[in-house]
Formats: sequence, C-alpha cells, structure tokens
Amino acid sequence: MYLLAIDTSANASAALLDISDPRGVLVVDSFTSTANNDHAEVLAPAIESLLGKSNISGTELDGIAVGVGPGPFTGLRVGLATARTLAFVWGVPLHGVMSLDAIALDAVAAGVNTEFVVAIDARRKEVYWARYTASGRLLAGPNVTVAEELPALPVYGAGAGLYAERLIALGASVVEGFEQLHPNAASIGTRAAEQLAAGDQLLSTEPMYLRESDAKVPAVMKGKML
Amino acid sequence: MAMSVSNPLVLGIESSCDETGVGIVRGTEMLVNAVASSMEEHVRFGGVIPEIASRAHLNEFVPTLESALSEAGVTLDEIDAIAVTSGPGLSGALMVGVAAAKALALASGKPLYAINHLVAHVGVGVLDGGKLPENLGALLVSGGHTEILQVNSLSDDVRLLGATIDDAAGEAYDKVARLLGLGYPGGPAIDKLAKSGDPKAIRFPRGLTLPKFVGTVEEPGKHRHDFSFSGLKTAVARCVEQYQKRGEEVPVADIAASFQEAVVDVITSKAVRACQEHGITNLLLGGGVAANSRLRELLAARCASAGITLRVPPISLCTDNGAMVAALGSQLVSAGVQPTGLKFSTDSGQPVNLISLVA
Ligand SMILES: [Zn+2]
Repeated sequence: MYLLAIDTSANASAALLDISDPRGVLVVDSFTSTANNDHAEVLAPAIESLLGKSNISGTELDGIAVGVGPGPFTGLRVGLATARTLAFVWGVPLHGVMSLDAIALDAVAAGVNTEFVVAIDARRKEVYWARYTASGRLLAGPNVTVAEELPALPVYGAGAGLYAERLIALGASVVEGFEQLHPNAASIGTRAAEQLAAGDQLLSTEPMYLRESDAKVPAVMKGKML
Repeated sequence: MAMSVSNPLVLGIESSCDETGVGIVRGTEMLVNAVASSMEEHVRFGGVIPEIASRAHLNEFVPTLESALSEAGVTLDEIDAIAVTSGPGLSGALMVGVAAAKALALASGKPLYAINHLVAHVGVGVLDGGKLPENLGALLVSGGHTEILQVNSLSDDVRLLGATIDDAAGEAYDKVARLLGLGYPGGPAIDKLAKSGDPKAIRFPRGLTLPKFVGTVEEPGKHRHDFSFSGLKTAVARCVEQYQKRGEEVPVADIAASFQEAVVDVITSKAVRACQEHGITNLLLGGGVAANSRLRELLAARCASAGITLRVPPISLCTDNGAMVAALGSQLVSAGVQPTGLKFSTDSGQPVNLISLVA
C-alpha cells in the first residue's frame, strides 16, 4: 500500500511511503527543494520522478496526504492545488494534515517527554506555532503570534532557532538539532499513515492561512471623495 | 502518442487575474468555456486584490474543471493536450493555475503547453470565424493590460508594437470610477453614465501624444505606439477637487464622458496609426474593455476610414477565460510546436514573443 505525501508550507517537498505496516511506515523515496521560492516549478516534476523511479502509477496509490499549513500563502497553495488535482484525476482519497504536525512527529521520534511547542517562521516578526502533548497529540493551535506569546516549554522547529534569545528569556527552551527544521512531506505522510491506521479523522484540504488577505478598503470607496 | 494534429482536443486553464477558467476546444470549435470569477469579492476594494484572487483560484479550480469536463461530455483520456497561462499576470494567481495544470498533465499523461495570456486573447479569434486573416494586428484592452500586437503567425511570430507604460486602460476606469463614487468594475459604470454626459465638456489630457513621444514615421519617438493613463487619472482627480473647492456640484456625467472620450480617443488613434505603419489590414479587439460601447463605436469608425477590417469576438471570449488558452494551445499543437513539459516556472512579465515556453 502506497501513500503520496506533499508539503509546501516551507520548501516544496514530496514523498512516497509504503504504508502496508502502519507501525513501520517506510519512506520509499522523498524530495525536498533546496530553494524556498520554486514550488510551482519543481513540485510536479519531483512527484513524477518519485513515482517513475518506484514504478508506481498514480491510480495504484491508496491516498494522498498534503500539508495544509500554516505557511506562506503562495507556496502553500501550490501544494494544495497539486494534491487536489492529482486526487481528482486518479480518483484516490485525499487527506489534509496540519503542517506543524510533521515536526511534532519528528520531536516525538527524537524522544520528547513533556508537553512541547512546534514553531516555524511566519514572517512579519511572528511565528506559526502549536502546542502538543508528550505523545504528539495537538493540544492548542495553530496560532500566529510574536515569540513572546509562546508557553515556557521546549520549542521545536525553525521558529525556535529564529527567536532563540527571546524564547529563552521567557523560560522556553530551544531544542538542539531542531532549530532549522521545517515541515516536510515524509513526516506529513508518516503522520497521516499513523492516524489513518488508528482510525482517526484527518483534515480536509482547506488551507490554514491564519491571516486575512490584508486588503484595505480604500478611503474613496467609503464615499469620502464625493 | 497518437494526437489528432488537424483537430486536436485541447483543455485550457486560465488563472492570471480574477477569473478561474477551464475551456475545451476541438480544433477551432469551442466545446465549453467554464469560468468562475472572484469579481464580487473585489467590489468593496475597488480593484482586484491579488491574495483574494489567488485564494479563490484554489477553491474554484477542481469544481470548474469538473463542470467543464461534464458539460463538454469528454473524459481526460480523450484530451490530446493541456494548455495553461504561464504569464503575463499576477504571479500568485498564475501559480495556482500552473500548479493545477502540471498536476493535471502529470496525472493524465498529457502534453502540457505553457502559454502567453496576451497571445491567447488573439488566438481566441479562431473560435469565432475560424482561421485568422493575414496582415493581422490585435488591440488588447483590459484591467490588466493595454497593448497593440502584430501577429505574423499565431504559432511563431507575434510582436509588441505598443503597450501602456503605467496603468492599464481598465485600471484607469476603475480608479476614476472610485473617484466618482461609481463602484467597481469601473468600465460598465462609466460607459453607462457617459451616455448622459458631454464628452467635450472637459478637455482631459491624451497621454503620450506630444511630438517628443510620438515623433514621425521616419523617426518614430520612443513612445509612438505606447499608452499612458496615470496622468489622465490625476487630471480627473484634480478636476473633481476644483469643483469641490468652489463648492459647486461635481458634473459626474460630464466628467465620465470626457474621461471616456480621452481614453478611447487615444487608444483608437494610436491603434489605427500602428496598423497603418505596419501594413496591418485586419485588427482583432480583445480584453474586457472590448465591451465598452464608445471604444467599439470609435474603433469601428476609425478602422473603416483607414480601410482596416475590425474583428471583435463575443464579449464572453474577450474577457479572460480558459477557451482562449485552449484555442491557442490547439493552434500550437496543429503547427507542430513542442510541448513545454512540467519544469517551467510562471513568468508574470512573459513577453509576447514567448508564445509558449520552450521545454
Ligand atoms: Zn486578459
């Protein structure tokens, strides 16, 4: 049984997973772009090559899992548009996974033993973050705030590296080895496979923007000019 | 792959601005032109908000694709090729359509063409009257662009003769409509109100018409065939202010009519001159502003006196749509142009000579 995973909440990434044994999900092959602005360019060729190298056709997949953010909007939409279209054409089930869950999975695998936080860069001097139990279950979030709003817990992910001093000042800790980590497709897929095996309901593929479009109604539209 | 080269079945995808379009064309015959527009969501802002348009594209793409396929009664298996707008346009909006098109091509195993949006506005002409004539030019006027093109060959030789150096004409309509409190989109509102105003009431400036910009046939100026509308917009704002300062009622209809006359006068005179100087005897009008009654009227009159045959496709094909992308794609397939493949990136400033991106 195979699952295709896609995440573009940070760099474009895709992974093909063998999910025949839910307790031992196997990453057959994966791709992560080294650039952070080439999602629309590289994602489809990467998926084509992942499937081609493993000699698996899209219709043989048992599902597609996609990271629904939070993350920069433009890149995020590339992953979602890709996943939705592939699932539509191939007629395979489509699952959404909150992108921060990918790092939570990695944190649990690395042996976290308390509640913890996952944080990534949200630009505009803020982070996207969520709070998890020691076993990696989502407790709260995702949110988008300045670093000072985070609880005093171990913080995993690139958001921790970015605001290390400020997090330490409020009593949180920055987990070594995770300061540069972004969500990636292999972890998104593994998380999805485990949840599916446990009979959990996954998310829809509605993007988690967490911010409005920022459009402002111009003064003249409010009838100030005439 | 066995592809019908004479009458290829092509699916076209458009997402360069606020319309999510999926069209299907067989040769020069249109089977379906499904369009979902986010226009309503932009009304309160008085113009297209790129982030709102991009969000709408993501939501609308698969449903629009599904309805296009079912309305046309074709399956993806039967499609010969897929075409998508890769530029010019709003970068974030283009990326949604391109990502979806790539996924569609990958999942269906069909060749993909990354197509120029402006040339697609010309290519759509084949859906209304078949093969395009020789000595062809195109005047494209919309909220996103204002260009004069010379179309020697739809598949391999399109040149830009002139373009706006600042705002697009439709954008100027939107901004002036906002100033006059007429709402969005500005084109239809101003066109309607202008009918009850005097187009000669106020003499607004005609952009880039001074001799230093225009030059002569022998020594053309730098902007001989180019447009500029930002000075006109400023002139309208100043005019409104002056009435208000004097405590007089603003003659909105006269301003609308005079503004419209300035826009249409400069567009049509420059287009006709460009045609005459480049041996163009057939002109195709495209873009959403093709719906403007005064533009159509004056362009028809000036083309007629210059001996230029004017062709205006139905408005549903002039505004942004997927059928135009499919129509150009079908012409490229028939001409034996190689598909682009999956590795290209969007090009928000794609020049018209890049009719389709090279693999
Ligand atoms: Zn257009």
